[in-house]
Amino acid sequence: MKIPLSWLKDFVDITLSPEEIAYKLTFGGLEVEEIEYVGWPRPAAGGRQEFKTSGLSWDREKIVVAQILEVRPHPNADRLTLLRLDDGSGQERIVLTGAPNLFPYKGQGPLPKPLKVAYAREGAVLYDGHKPGRELMTLKRARIRGVESDSMVCSEKELGLSDEHEGILLLDDDAPVGAPLADYMGDVVYTVKTNPNMARNLNVYGVAREIAALTGQRLRPLDDAVRAEGPSIQGQVAVEIRVPALNPRFVAALIKGVVIGPSPYTVQRRLRLAGVRPINNVVDATNYAMLEIGQPLHAFDYDVLVKRAGGRAPTIITRLPEPGETLTTLDGVRRQLDDFTILVCDTAGALSLGGIMGGAESEVSDRTVNVLLEGAAWEFINIRRTSHAQKLHSEAAYRFARGIHPAMTVRGVSRGIELMRRWAGGVVQQGLIDEYPQPAPTVVVDLPVAEVERLLGISLSAEEIVRILESLEFRCEIQEKRLEPGLPSPICISVTVPDHRLDIGSGVVGQADLIEEIARIYGYERIPETTLADSLPPQRRNLSLEREELTRDLLAGAGLQEVQNYSLTTPEKERRLLPASVPPDDRPYVTVVNPITPERAHLRHSVLASVLETAAGNLRLRDRLALFEIGLVFLPGEGGDADARPPALPDERRRLAIVLTGARQPVAWQGADRALMDFFDLKGVVEALTRGLHLAGVTYAPAAHPSFLPGRTAQLLLGDQPAGWLGELHPAVREQFDLPNQPVLAADLDLEVLLANVDELFPARPVPEYPPVKEDLALIVADETPAAQVQAAIAQAGGALVAEITLFDVYRGDQVGAGKKSLAFRLTYQAPDRTLTDADVAKVRGRIVRRLQDELGAVLRG
Amino acid sequence: MMEQLDQIEREALAALASVNDPTALEQWRVRHLGRNSALANALGDLGKLPKEARPAAGKRGNEVKQALEAAHAARAEALRQAELERAMTSGAVDVTLPGRPVAVGRLHPHTQVLRELFRIFAEMGFQIYRSRDVETDDYNFGFLNMPPHHPARDQWDTFHTQTPGILLRTHTSPGQIHAMREYSRNGAAPEPIRVILPGMCYRYEQVTARADMQFLQMEGLAVGRGIRLSDLKGTLSDFARRLFGPTVRTRFRADHFPFTEPSAEMDVECFVCAGQGCPVCKHSGWLEILGCGMVHPTVLEHGGYDPRVYSGFAFGMGPQRIFMLKHKINDIRSFLQNDLRFLEQF
Repeated sequence: MKIPLSWLKDFVDITLSPEEIAYKLTFGGLEVEEIEYVGWPRPAAGGRQEFKTSGLSWDREKIVVAQILEVRPHPNADRLTLLRLDDGSGQERIVLTGAPNLFPYKGQGPLPKPLKVAYAREGAVLYDGHKPGRELMTLKRARIRGVESDSMVCSEKELGLSDEHEGILLLDDDAPVGAPLADYMGDVVYTVKTNPNMARNLNVYGVAREIAALTGQRLRPLDDAVRAEGPSIQGQVAVEIRVPALNPRFVAALIKGVVIGPSPYTVQRRLRLAGVRPINNVVDATNYAMLEIGQPLHAFDYDVLVKRAGGRAPTIITRLPEPGETLTTLDGVRRQLDDFTILVCDTAGALSLGGIMGGAESEVSDRTVNVLLEGAAWEFINIRRTSHAQKLHSEAAYRFARGIHPAMTVRGVSRGIELMRRWAGGVVQQGLIDEYPQPAPTVVVDLPVAEVERLLGISLSAEEIVRILESLEFRCEIQEKRLEPGLPSPICISVTVPDHRLDIGSGVVGQADLIEEIARIYGYERIPETTLADSLPPQRRNLSLEREELTRDLLAGAGLQEVQNYSLTTPEKERRLLPASVPPDDRPYVTVVNPITPERAHLRHSVLASVLETAAGNLRLRDRLALFEIGLVFLPGEGGDADARPPALPDERRRLAIVLTGARQPVAWQGADRALMDFFDLKGVVEALTRGLHLAGVTYAPAAHPSFLPGRTAQLLLGDQPAGWLGELHPAVREQFDLPNQPVLAADLDLEVLLANVDELFPARPVPEYPPVKEDLALIVADETPAAQVQAAIAQAGGALVAEITLFDVYRGDQVGAGKKSLAFRLTYQAPDRTLTDADVAKVRGRIVRRLQDELGAVLRG
Repeated sequence: MMEQLDQIEREALAALASVNDPTALEQWRVRHLGRNSALANALGDLGKLPKEARPAAGKRGNEVKQALEAAHAARAEALRQAELERAMTSGAVDVTLPGRPVAVGRLHPHTQVLRELFRIFAEMGFQIYRSRDVETDDYNFGFLNMPPHHPARDQWDTFHTQTPGILLRTHTSPGQIHAMREYSRNGAAPEPIRVILPGMCYRYEQVTARADMQFLQMEGLAVGRGIRLSDLKGTLSDFARRLFGPTVRTRFRADHFPFTEPSAEMDVECFVCAGQGCPVCKHSGWLEILGCGMVHPTVLEHGGYDPRVYSGFAFGMGPQRIFMLKHKINDIRSFLQNDLRFLEQF
């Protein structure tokens, strides 16, 4: 919302600089988003600038008020004139101009009444009137058609007042010649952000009230006196409210005999500064009153209403639409109406969308003579719904949708009708029609003084609190009344909420609302900083998060880069996890019904799909990567019954995805292991993770999964609990993700299962005191015998004395024969209580070899 | 005999001077100190001398032998030193060549910035409380003092799911209700609360360099007896000093949030220019860091805390924004784009 400083000064004395005012407003909860300087001196650029600023300052020496004494023809050009001008310097100037609005005065000799203008001298900085937009220029001496020129008279555009450049700006007759123009009419416009609880401040008077309270100035009362000299309004119009809940109040006034025309210049200027386009004196009066005090008004052409009523006094009816009813609004759109749309109608049908926009038929036109002025109160949530449903936003809807107190109707209509009378003439009919079937209750809040200290941490006397609240027009009465038995002070303030605001609740909520007002006006910066004195809550560990973070550390420690992806994806993208020949995963998705883009409309089932996509993107620029992501996957909740209370929420589970591909080591000038990573690189990472998490009962079962290559896929098991898959990606899947033609290793693990099995209290093994005996054992077994089975057999047969079994070589070939392989293990024998002898070791070895022979047909390799 | 010994010594030492490697030194030793050396022969011939000449010649012979042995040892040591020297200098490398690359794993910036915040708040007694991404309308809005059609809802453009009343949370505030209901489960004596609530949030907003549809948020909540606005100021200023430096100043501006009252915005003095004005702070000298306020009585009630007895404050911030300010990152989309050229810098 744009608020000109000059308008604020109608209601409050301003003793601080425009920047200081902006600061006060911002810290008081009305954030000033921008200060636009309209001629007013602007702080020097550079250094610290608290606010965003724009606009043009008028040099006080170089841009002044002057008067044109005579308009003479130019000797060499018909479209130019020479002005004889008095700039207050005591010496007359000759100034060249092409302004068409001076042509009527050309060649008339000395003007009987000089014209007041804005005069710019050489060196003045102005906007260039001939260029589109706002481009600065410095006024220079020039010779135009043989006449020397070093100064000019200015248009609104050149001064930054508007985009008007058709003619020069003519000032009111009272403008003091020679005075700096900035002093005469320089202004500052604040763009103020108004939070939802500040609907009362969507107007000049509201902001003036805040400034008065924040700066300790007096707020001048609103001028809502009306000079009404016509007969009574009674009998000339009637109002009928059919749905008081949606339209609690409707006020109307009538003025007869207006002459439609432009509003006075100062009015148009204020409207423009506030961002509203001047239309004519009647419409401008409604807008001016709305901008000033916040009550939107609507002007009807009274004679149209009379005609629709068959020549009789019209009756205004507010009601809900009949089935199929439509209305063509001012913007020319024919609108289908929802059953909750509140309408302003007459006996002939709908006239306007209540509180949002007028209808085309009854609007004020150039021929309008008699005007019926409406000021109503509307239920704000219904206005919001209607405005959303019709996709229709107007200054009126903007304000009504935030809530305006019904008391504002009378003030708004009175102000609007009086301004019409002043600017458009006519006779105001006496009195108002005021239908008010549902009066707003007067809100009274009992505020114990002790509550202020309990919630703010400052000790204010009852008198100080009253002073603050009264500066915002609350009425206060200090009482001795203990609301709660435990309160330290019996002093309580009975606070009556003024009838311009709806944001103060009752009871404990109302107390909080008032305490906020006290803090705001007292000043947050004056509230001290203290330390929490309340006892600490019982300390609890967040094991779920701690273990998740440990997982991240272990994987980063294994050389993997963490990534994080959007939770939103599409089923098509995730479909790529399975070869086309395999039926799709038919689990349902949690679907967003209003996505920003169709690419992100479903909550993901798979973290792995996200990481594969990340991998594909990055592999366009590199050939090796190692990534992991921890994130949520989502499945719709059981039941899915929309009427269930509470509705079924989706299941959210954490998954861990790992993707490796490319050379084992990065390129290096020293030479590097550039062999491509394979299943065992991935398994090494997973093993580092399961060991780091101290998971018990970890096994890797050969498995089949359509995403992975047959024979290079394992299922991770914790005991008999499945914890996910790891393997080499199926070539078809790799192609579907646009991944390069090289092995891609991927793991998709259930992090919830992994983390639930973390053994925090795993026992440490004592470091042996006696020397170990190390021995290699090479065994020939059938090729299909899993290494894990051989190792398990060694461990079982070896018992406690075999401390470590490390597979260090796998060989297939002529030396062992077809269908066989040799597995070489390094065994570490260790006893906790003695040095093992050769005989001890031989005995254990014998046991192992026999076991392997019996169980697996293994042969000791010679 | 004496002259002979002198000559042996002279010749041997002269020969030693030209010995430059261990092989030559060994040859020299065999030749001058070995069993068939002139010295050995001369010493063997001592018996042939007249008896009275023997002691002097013997003594001189031993002196020569010791001198040659000492000279040999010194030479050997010199050669060893020279060899060592040579070995060291010949092993010189071009130290400007790059080191052998190490495949370093890194944590995502989200993880890094959250851990920094977790650490700071842990020191201040705040524990981490996480809650779900997909929420009910009640938890995201209703219990937070925003009934249906409330104008404040306009501030949170929402992704709705196919199930009416189920949506993607627009802020981490639903976690406040979850936390309060958990801590107040025992009814009569609800526990005090000091938690931070990190998590992903979602907004139906045009994606720009400044706003993404999915982003990280972290809220904080303190509830107990006698918690005041002054405690909010003290606690959050303390946080700002721990995060940005011990001398950093803060300021609080009145603002509005439906779930807090009074509400405020906390600015921190720009740590880039120390408040002098720079492009990072848009020349204001201050950075908007978080929104905060005293928990609204309605929210306390929904959480199971009697607002006449308990009070509290809440605050919310964008960890991504803090990270962006620190590292001069201009585009919030970088976080979820996962370009490794971005991620590998952190």
